[in-house]
Amino acid sequence: MASLVQPVDWTALTPVLIPAALAVAVLVADLFLPQERKPLLGWVTAAGLAAAALTVIPLRDGHRTTFCQPGTGGGCSYAADHFTLVIQVLVLGGALLTALLSIGTTERIPAGEYWFLLLSSAAGAALLPASRDLATLIVALEVTTLPAFALVGLRRDDRLSSEAALKFFLTSVTATAVSLLGISFVYAATGTLQLNAVAEGLTHTPDQLHTLARAGVALTLVGFAFKLAVAPFQFWVPDTYAGAPLPVAAYLSVVGKAAGFSGLILVTVVAFRPYAHVWGPATGVLAALTMTVGNVGALRQRPDVKRGAVRLLAWSSIGQAGYLLVPIAAAASADDPAHEVGTTVAYALMYAVVNLGAFAVVALVERTAPHSRLADYRGLYASRPAAALALAFFLLCLAGLPPGVIGLFAKVAVFSSAVGAQHGWLAVIMAVNVVIALVYYLRWTALLFAAAPDATPVLGKDADAGTGADAAAVRTPAGLTLAVALTAVAGIALSGAPQLILRFAQGALL
Amino acid sequence: MNDTALQYVLAAIVVLPLLGSVGALLPPPPGLRGRGPDQAVLRHGVTVTGAVLILSVVLAAGFDHDHPARMQAGTDLNWIPALRIHLHLGIDGISLPLVVLTALLTFLCALYSYFHLPAGGSAKSFVALLLLLEAGTLATFSVLDLMLFFLAFETVLIPMYFLIARWGGGDRERSALRFIVYTLLGSVIMLLGLLLIGVKAGTFDMVALATDNGSHLSHSTQLTAALAVGLGLAVKAPMWPLHSWLPDAHTAAPTVGSVLLAGVLLKMGTYGLVRIVLPDTPGGIQTFAPYLAAFAVVGIIYGSLACLALARQGNGGDLKRLIAYSSVGHMGFVLLGIASLNPTGVNGALFANIAHGLITGLLFFLVGAIKDRYGSSDLDELAGHGGAALYGRAPRLGGLLAFAAVASLGLPGLAGFWGEMLAMFGAFKPGADLSRPAYLTFTALAAFGTLLTAGYLLTVVRRVCMGDRETSELRPALADVRAYEFAAWTPLAALTVLAGLWPAALLGLSEPAVRSLLGGH
Repeated sequence: MASLVQPVDWTALTPVLIPAALAVAVLVADLFLPQERKPLLGWVTAAGLAAAALTVIPLRDGHRTTFCQPGTGGGCSYAADHFTLVIQVLVLGGALLTALLSIGTTERIPAGEYWFLLLSSAAGAALLPASRDLATLIVALEVTTLPAFALVGLRRDDRLSSEAALKFFLTSVTATAVSLLGISFVYAATGTLQLNAVAEGLTHTPDQLHTLARAGVALTLVGFAFKLAVAPFQFWVPDTYAGAPLPVAAYLSVVGKAAGFSGLILVTVVAFRPYAHVWGPATGVLAALTMTVGNVGALRQRPDVKRGAVRLLAWSSIGQAGYLLVPIAAAASADDPAHEVGTTVAYALMYAVVNLGAFAVVALVERTAPHSRLADYRGLYASRPAAALALAFFLLCLAGLPPGVIGLFAKVAVFSSAVGAQHGWLAVIMAVNVVIALVYYLRWTALLFAAAPDATPVLGKDADAGTGADAAAVRTPAGLTLAVALTAVAGIALSGAPQLILRFAQGALL
Repeated sequence: MNDTALQYVLAAIVVLPLLGSVGALLPPPPGLRGRGPDQAVLRHGVTVTGAVLILSVVLAAGFDHDHPARMQAGTDLNWIPALRIHLHLGIDGISLPLVVLTALLTFLCALYSYFHLPAGGSAKSFVALLLLLEAGTLATFSVLDLMLFFLAFETVLIPMYFLIARWGGGDRERSALRFIVYTLLGSVIMLLGLLLIGVKAGTFDMVALATDNGSHLSHSTQLTAALAVGLGLAVKAPMWPLHSWLPDAHTAAPTVGSVLLAGVLLKMGTYGLVRIVLPDTPGGIQTFAPYLAAFAVVGIIYGSLACLALARQGNGGDLKRLIAYSSVGHMGFVLLGIASLNPTGVNGALFANIAHGLITGLLFFLVGAIKDRYGSSDLDELAGHGGAALYGRAPRLGGLLAFAAVASLGLPGLAGFWGEMLAMFGAFKPGADLSRPAYLTFTALAAFGTLLTAGYLLTVVRRVCMGDRETSELRPALADVRAYEFAAWTPLAALTVLAGLWPAALLGLSEPAVRSLLGGH
């Protein structure tokens, strides 16, 4: 039975294998490293993630597949096409920035476990866009999220952290259960798990299985909606982000979301294509609901709440997820969904860069103002002009206003897909949301440049940090500075040449 | 001068303030430190805006005045192929005067601030924002790609927000937020309209779209697009009843902010109507023109009545707010001219645009100066019962204010006259297929509006400039016009007279361009 032995294309798998292998290596190395050498693990992790992201380059022609069923016409479970590669770069880059954020800011967290969990989750997230069957997809999704629960709860001394982890865990497990039920229905109706074959099977399901297939599609999507924190399933996000260590919140908001979205795109656009008339409008409604809920939630944040900055970013990430859904909704009625998928990917790339940048500056400020209230940002420009300018730029990118040119054009691309798909109503709702979002982003931006409230500089709130002069002297970890610099440079470069990421909206993906 | 050289001049006009804005944030290089960091950066602002002004004069000189309808100094680079966005720049007889006006007003503002920086924030950020604002407005008037137009349109929001919120007075943060929320809501809706045009016509190129005159767009698309784009621009213009952000923003803004807001930013709205809505969606604007005209006329009457109420003794009217409401009235004339859909009316509108920029810019400068001297711009506080007697206390300031006021009310021989007269003339004989009786009514009402305008402006002159002998001899004496104020204001006053006596200079530029844009009507 030689045909049962599958040839495996290991080169195609490198972006997934490197983080996975490194995860184990780091965990073992942690046992043998003396305490003072532990920071080395962080740099090793960052280097490994960078290497993994670079291995995408030799694959860039995008034709490799592996884990194929023997014989002609058999589908493959792993495809390294352009869509996969772009998302892999996104998640590995996001994980790399998260690692840079974590170096030096997570002293109270056990190092070995932390890096192991981060790398495992990144490996799952890199696998997810490549999966081309429902089983691999779910496994990848779980590999991404399971370590994330632990990451959220890693701050052992913090009650909020454990509560956040539990909330996240329960929601996520429910989501997986619902998805699995849905997938089993789909399997029952079509007899296959391969995405392309599912699409084929759904076009001619026997009449008596129609209801089953439809229920399966709906349940699978509900499961993804849970994972993506799409309204009305968004309630866990603000608490989880606020309770998690800051780099983990950044990771969830970018890599977690990107992985979830790539999964949703694969499921809807590829597997459930015949049911586009069902999930299309539903996605549209969810998009409208999500962005509205997220933005209104962010708008209601008070400046003096503890960890208000992270909470605001959490709510805003819900709002941004709404925008990400718009092109997917538009893809349902498009003849060639590649344009719309590309638009979502382009938007996700923009969002990843600037959102991680914003989180990096928040991490920077948190070192001297541990409560991380929005009010702590008052007068940041006076004490740290570069950080304040960077944060202002990131926030304006998120808001989509010049000088955040890339944010503006990413939004234009999303609007354009909605207008092109005749979803005028969705475009109008999104327009209103862009305006709501502007108010809170701008409020925060304005705070940065406002005059400091009194003689005591804001950044000296920490009793240990002492006076403001000391606050400036608090050493900024190199990783953090590097993360802010990288994201700022990327954001500015993209603003000058938006084509770099918007070319994906031209539709060469999938 | 040949077109290639002009092309670089135009590109430099747009790019220079942008680079200058970044440069303002950097520490000054050795040798340019001046007397201190503030002085150095303010001087940087004057230098950059001055250079832009010189370039714009060069552009005007090199412009081929025999063919003002042709796009000149064109640059067309593919920027974002994915969204079919081109870096397409060019000017014709419609945009050239606006580019020069913007460069001039910004330079005068920079000059004025060099000597008189409003209190609020650092000079560094002030200059950076001023230059960013200039870049955005100049780009708005010189780009020929719908998406680029939107980008430029949005670029001015953030600098203006901060100029009001940081350097303003009174209820500045709320006013600034209101300004940006209103305009952003408008411009996002405009974006939807622009995208609709672009998606359906397959191009964002304004020249190609204007040549097509909407022939590639179905009537319903044109209706929707004209409505969406028109709404966004109407918020900016502003058209009654979407004007309510304007009085607050003006009242709170610092002097230079008000000057630029009234002088330049409002023009972006009307310019967009002429450049985009008229030629690209002729079928749509044909349907909406009577409504636009009706709202314009209501704006004229409403603005004038609000001003009359503010000017009355005992109402505690704010002089800046009054000028802001008068802008609503004056922009009403511009909108009426555009809504007439004939060359006369549109030419009048474009002329009134420039005239309003010059005159209202001057008025805001003057009112700002009065506010500095008195510490208030409340008419009742200034004038009391007998009047402020500015003629006696500061004769030159009083004289200039009276001059600006009569120019604003449309005295023949000054700039304010021609635009409004031509706009009404256009509305008197509106374009084909527009209801003549309705437009006759609008014309009559607008004419009545000029009477009201004269009424409140003369009231202001009487209350501020005139007064009894006691007031005029009050001590300490009021500082009269200072040298730097003269420098900032004289160009505006001179151009007001010039445009009033020689309107052909402007109309000759806009007339052929308007005819070609109105081809679809």
